[in-house]
Amino acid sequence: MTDILAAFGWIFDPVNWAGASGIPTRIGEHILYSLLTLLLACAIALPIGFAIGHSGRFRGLAVGLSGALRALPTLGLVVYLALITTNLSIGPPLIALTILAIPPVLAGAYSGLESVDRAPIDAARAIGMTGWQVFTKVELPLALPLVIGGIRSGALQVIATWTVAAILPVGGLGRFLIDGIAIQNYPEMLGGSIIVIVLALVSDGLFALAQKLVVPRGVTAGRVRDTTEGEARHSGRASAPEGAPTT
Amino acid sequence: MFASKKSRLAAGVLAAGALLALSACSSGGGAFSTSSASSSSDSVTVGSAAFGESEILMQIYGQALAANGVKVDYKPSIGQRDVYLKALQDASIDLIPEYTGNLLQFYDKNSTATSSDDVYAGLGTALPKGYEVLDQSQAQDADSYNVTKAFSEKWKVTSLDDLKKVTEPLTVGANPEFQTRPYGIPGLKSAYGVTATLKPISDSGGPLTVAALKNGDVQLADIYTTTPAIKDNDFVTLKDPKNLIAAQNIVPLINTSKASAKVKDILNKVSKELTTTDLIDMNGENQGASKTQPDAVAKKWLQDHPIK
Repeated sequence: MTDILAAFGWIFDPVNWAGASGIPTRIGEHILYSLLTLLLACAIALPIGFAIGHSGRFRGLAVGLSGALRALPTLGLVVYLALITTNLSIGPPLIALTILAIPPVLAGAYSGLESVDRAPIDAARAIGMTGWQVFTKVELPLALPLVIGGIRSGALQVIATWTVAAILPVGGLGRFLIDGIAIQNYPEMLGGSIIVIVLALVSDGLFALAQKLVVPRGVTAGRVRDTTEGEARHSGRASAPEGAPTT
Repeated sequence: MFASKKSRLAAGVLAAGALLALSACSSGGGAFSTSSASSSSDSVTVGSAAFGESEILMQIYGQALAANGVKVDYKPSIGQRDVYLKALQDASIDLIPEYTGNLLQFYDKNSTATSSDDVYAGLGTALPKGYEVLDQSQAQDADSYNVTKAFSEKWKVTSLDDLKKVTEPLTVGANPEFQTRPYGIPGLKSAYGVTATLKPISDSGGPLTVAALKNGDVQLADIYTTTPAIKDNDFVTLKDPKNLIAAQNIVPLINTSKASAKVKDILNKVSKELTTTDLIDMNGENQGASKTQPDAVAKKWLQDHPIK
């Protein structure tokens, strides 16, 4: 208990809020690194995931491959990449963490598209929509809650795991953990961890909100009619398929 | 499903129990052998910390003693200092290679001694009763500031004192604690008037730190003096005329009841022969391409330096 108090004492000490190694700077760096990682992961995983979900092909390959990627130890990968490139900037951890974030984003993308009911797709085709129109106007809007769910779970992992990058001379909240343990400054370590937790929770909350907001109005309206018998379930994920990320 | 889970759990418990029993046996055996051996002082259990250099030194001590008719048991890789010093105090081991500066710091947190002689003298009073250090070797494995050969030539820098001449900003690659340690950033400023900033690299002067120095991310790097990479990369280790960094001479730490005249004599001869260059070479054999085992590395050193 005293440790927790000391940690909050550390967090609220004004000394720790100033300068290039202060808490605001580190939070800023951490958010920047995490956003960059998520952007990269989305740029790679979303097109692939959509292609798989839309076409239904190479699903087994994607599941297997992204499962294997999940098993890569991030810390080992950071050190390995830094050594083979003799680069101690944010490059190596950026690559390692992008690899960490790809599997959940990919899974969200293809399972989101797969979860879309066939009936509206068939209807869209029947009224003459092209493949691309079906994708952008029907499949994607309906899949979006699950797609964002994938990014949400990736964001959580990325925010938590960027801390290991601090074994290299980079910024971010991991500095408090790695620098703290080097001099047995436990309030600093615990304080840094608490900030990471808060950041992760805030991100998770924002993504949860986004998931709610992107549910198309038609779907919500339909759901209200559906739930007149009771069973008020959360909107937008009544039929999460197996293998989809937790939303 | 439930039954199989239960039986698996039972198997796990059994396995853990067996492990516990085994470890109890081995520690019991150790205690027995030391207590029975106390009548004949020429039987020594030598231990080592959990890293290559300590194991090599353990093997050198052990093999030199064995070659001279002392009965030797080995307990390698005991762990970090607090663990193996406990093992020394509960008599599971009698002898272990140590580093003077860190050993003194362990028993006397307030010591400010840094030169080899001061540190060694400090150990005389700081060690707990019943334990002593024998003669210290000139061989050292201490923190050291290193620069690239090109940097050394460009600025004519061979000592920390020369760093004042450097007009470009200096960064040091070292573990994060370098920011606050007296031999780190604050010491550079107070002892040599040099302002430097730290790039924290958490691998204790390992390959990442070496890479940072090589590619110019840092101008100075804290690397242990016996690291083969210093020689391999032609790094220049800066001299420390003001003894900013505490000496870390190799020294045998021994249970006084085991330190017979014969044992002392053999170990003192080993310490006399051992040099820092020897340690670099031996670490190179151990860590390098050949990955020679510590016992073989030690055997070779003893062939070149017969202890009689």
